[in-house]
Amino acid sequence: MRTILSSQITENISEMCISANYNIPADVICALKKARQSEEWPIAQSVLDDILKNDEMAANENLPACQDTGMALVFLAIGQDLHIQGDLTEAVQEGVRRGYRDGYLRKSVVSDPLERVNTNDNTPALIYTEIVPGDRLGITVAPKGFGCENMSRLAMLKPSQGEDGIRKFILETICLAGPNACPPLVVGVGIGGSFDKAAEISKRALLREIGSRNPNPFYAKLEEELLHEANESGIGPQGFGGRTTVLALHIETLPTHIAALPCAVNINCHAARHESREI
Amino acid sequence: MTISLHAPLLPAEQDFFKNLRAGDRVLIQGTLYSARDAAHKKMFELLASGKSLPFDPQGAFIYYVGPSPAPEGAVIGSAGPTTSSRMDAYTPVLLDSGVKGLIGKGYRNQEVKDSLICNQALYFAATGGAGALLSKSILSAEVIAWPELGTEAVRKLTVRDFPVTVAIDLAGNCVYESGPAAWKKARSEF
Repeated sequence: MRTILSSQITENISEMCISANYNIPADVICALKKARQSEEWPIAQSVLDDILKNDEMAANENLPACQDTGMALVFLAIGQDLHIQGDLTEAVQEGVRRGYRDGYLRKSVVSDPLERVNTNDNTPALIYTEIVPGDRLGITVAPKGFGCENMSRLAMLKPSQGEDGIRKFILETICLAGPNACPPLVVGVGIGGSFDKAAEISKRALLREIGSRNPNPFYAKLEEELLHEANESGIGPQGFGGRTTVLALHIETLPTHIAALPCAVNINCHAARHESREI
Repeated sequence: MTISLHAPLLPAEQDFFKNLRAGDRVLIQGTLYSARDAAHKKMFELLASGKSLPFDPQGAFIYYVGPSPAPEGAVIGSAGPTTSSRMDAYTPVLLDSGVKGLIGKGYRNQEVKDSLICNQALYFAATGGAGALLSKSILSAEVIAWPELGTEAVRKLTVRDFPVTVAIDLAGNCVYESGPAAWKKARSEF
């Protein structure tokens, strides 16, 4: 059995919180550049130019690309043959605490949803764990802004609503999100499972490489068609009109109950930040 | 062509607002006050109890922003707009008190739209998610109220060439409707 120290986890997470907030992923930048090339609408062009300039400046000058440096979402894939010496949860929280302090990242977490007192260190992070084969630890840190999180929706559809109901709900959610969620958006969709699992896979769908397709040809086609339809809405960058409303739309699915058709749509902004490592 | 606008708005310049149209790009010079969720709640309570705001509201511009901390040597961290609709419930009373400019991103409700027209005030959108870029237009930042709110404190921001787009104009046009509609109409010609 392989052993790692919890302090290694802290160090890695601290670095990843900072790096993920300064550096918009290469696949997102590539999608933004492609979108810029295909935009004919002047105001959409200038918004995309501003976003690309912003992202370059953030990376070059070590600045957060967006002032909403998010709640830190931490995804852990824990090898079943790995032994972690020390307190794993505390190691993650300490990593977030240090990263948000040392990286001059915004502290955006309140300790209670109604009392609303800032914790001043951006903890707690939200931790998602899964046990996987092997003796490694996979870590993904995704700082998630809440302008877009607020525009996410979940519906417990009836099985009779089927594919049409899913399509309608996804497109309706994108239109309702509109300019509030900082388009061009990345859209994660979770279909099936339960109330909570649909939401979780919709969040994990945001971590996929931009433009990657679901391995199931049916859902790959649905992704492409919905992406096309969403971009026909004309909402455009920042909602000012244009061709580019959604950069990518990723669907994940799970088996579900005979009575159920859960559908979760998790919206991400163009600052679709995440960084992964394996230790 | 880019239009330059001074904040706070002077009474003599009120007519200038009438010429601006949803979708116009404007560069703001002067003073903005940062305030978001928590500060709006407090300002709303101050006005409700007959007290004064932490700044003179006459002609003032409010920017919905919660900046990231300033790194050493910088005046402010990243400073892009937050979603405006969360401030809707508190906005009409601020406009009634004399505030003339609101800067944020996203939809406003009907009450805010009516209040903007009634008070001859404008709503502008700054580019969401471009906080690093926008911070370069902020020359100074000083906390003037509720420092305990951290990022949500009210700050006096001095800005130069701060880039915004008119989102709702005094004729009631909203860029979030007119922009996509105009794109749809124009696309056949692309």
